[in-house]
Amino acid sequence: MPPLAISVSDLSKIYGEQTAVSHATFDVPLGSVCGFVGPNGSGKTTTIRMLLGLITPTGGTGTVLGEDIRSPEKYLAKVGAMIEGPAFYPMLSGRENLKVLADLGGFPHDRVDSLLKKVGLGERGSSKFKTYSLGMKQRLGIAAALLPQPQLLILDEPTNGLDPSGIQEIRELIKELAEAGTSVFVSSHILAELEMISEYLVMLRKGKVIFAGKTQDLLGNQKPITSVKPEYQVDLNKLVEIVKNLGYEPRVENGAVHIPVGAEIGAVLNRSAFEVGITLAAITTSQPTLEETFFEMTGE
Amino acid sequence: MFNVVKAELRKMKRPSLTVVTFSIVAALSTLFTSLIFLRLGSTSDRPRGREIAQTVESMSHSDGAYYSFSIMGLFIGLIALTVFASQSSNEYTYGTLRNLLVRQPSRMKLLAGKLMAMIVFSILLTTVAAIVNISLSYLESAQGHVDTKLWISSKAISGFLTTFGNMVLGTIGYGLVGMSLGIILKSPMSAISISLLWFMVLENILGAVLSTSTKWLPGSALSAVSTGGAKIFTYQRGLLLSAAYLLLFGGVATILFKRRDVAS
Repeated sequence: MPPLAISVSDLSKIYGEQTAVSHATFDVPLGSVCGFVGPNGSGKTTTIRMLLGLITPTGGTGTVLGEDIRSPEKYLAKVGAMIEGPAFYPMLSGRENLKVLADLGGFPHDRVDSLLKKVGLGERGSSKFKTYSLGMKQRLGIAAALLPQPQLLILDEPTNGLDPSGIQEIRELIKELAEAGTSVFVSSHILAELEMISEYLVMLRKGKVIFAGKTQDLLGNQKPITSVKPEYQVDLNKLVEIVKNLGYEPRVENGAVHIPVGAEIGAVLNRSAFEVGITLAAITTSQPTLEETFFEMTGE
Repeated sequence: MFNVVKAELRKMKRPSLTVVTFSIVAALSTLFTSLIFLRLGSTSDRPRGREIAQTVESMSHSDGAYYSFSIMGLFIGLIALTVFASQSSNEYTYGTLRNLLVRQPSRMKLLAGKLMAMIVFSILLTTVAAIVNISLSYLESAQGHVDTKLWISSKAISGFLTTFGNMVLGTIGYGLVGMSLGIILKSPMSAISISLLWFMVLENILGAVLSTSTKWLPGSALSAVSTGGAKIFTYQRGLLLSAAYLLLFGGVATILFKRRDVAS
């Protein structure tokens, strides 16, 4: 077994009668980028907070960089984190906010300016945090997470509020850090981004882990999807009926019928549609994306 | 813990906090000193049975230079209470506590560092008040024909140091109440309004309705510490009762700070 950045077993958090995380078990190998996905309220942030010692688990065990999560002081100096959006003092500048955290962690101040430059805030470092746009706040949060030159970086929705070029920058930054040996555990709603960078995935649904493993294992095991588009949109419902009669459960999206089956359905479907007077404009078969797999698995 | 103190002081030295707070203390000090000198009269002017104000004679005593400072305890204390209630509760409202705990996971060290920074700030606050009060007293003494010979005697210096120490203790006490309420209530508005309402209104009403209650109220106890005690409420009683209240408030706040999940 490779050395692990994160390992949790049966980790649970219960608030009164509500279970936020239920018996979560997963491993994140050291040096990998691991995507952490799940619908809103599935327990991602609670899990991250338990890994950072902010929330006490109700049950189960876990280690971060080989240390017990009940002793966060043993590993947090080597961990950078941005949890549930950036939180800073509004009356202080971006630079001063980072210096507060540098003082607290005992990190040298000269790292502050280089990090501000790295996240594209070099010229706005002296501006008060309250004047920052959401994207700038997010960048400052990432700079704060990088302060300790972490071995493990935990990012909760790092691309929230960023424009497409900002999202691309974060993706490149994560790749760069991973290449340098940093383990990255990142949650995001932008699944296409995670698919591009994550070697491993942990998927949560209603507090339970429904997948934990290599991204290629998840996507490789999914059935291909054949998408069929009629020439005229009015024929969409009739086409759905045909597919159902063939024994499949289709999904309608963007003016096309998506069927969880390979290219073998093409000829049969084309014939059946032709018999009822429907002309098919396009038939394409592809492997499902992470987003499609996510919807399939979480039922969202 | 030194890192925490350094980080806390960095936050607190922002001009929006220091300039405003120290200006308020300086303005109040000016007001107190000026009013005392404006209302100065001689012993013979004093109406029978009424202790209206300091006299020229009493102000010439060794405590004359710092008299106005010595009666400011409640006000400096309430300023410290407001500052520390907002400093501690804003960590919850801004969500910054989670950042602090990631960088300093030992909650007890974090709390102790915050307390140390509060003590440093309280000392600075009291020092500013003392400097302004004493400087103005000297400036106004000439106009009020107050003899200042005894103001620099050894008795005056030791008296000032005792008063200064008591004022610092009182200010820290009020600050600790504010800090504790800030942690317990997690809201600056609630912590500040509840404590101001208690110390400025409810305690006075309780004292007026039930005079024996003043012997047991936290504001009276802290006031006795700041002023060095009085006949009805001795310094020792003030210290003991203040310590009991602070242990209660501080204890509850410490337990909550240490055990509460940081979910916001």
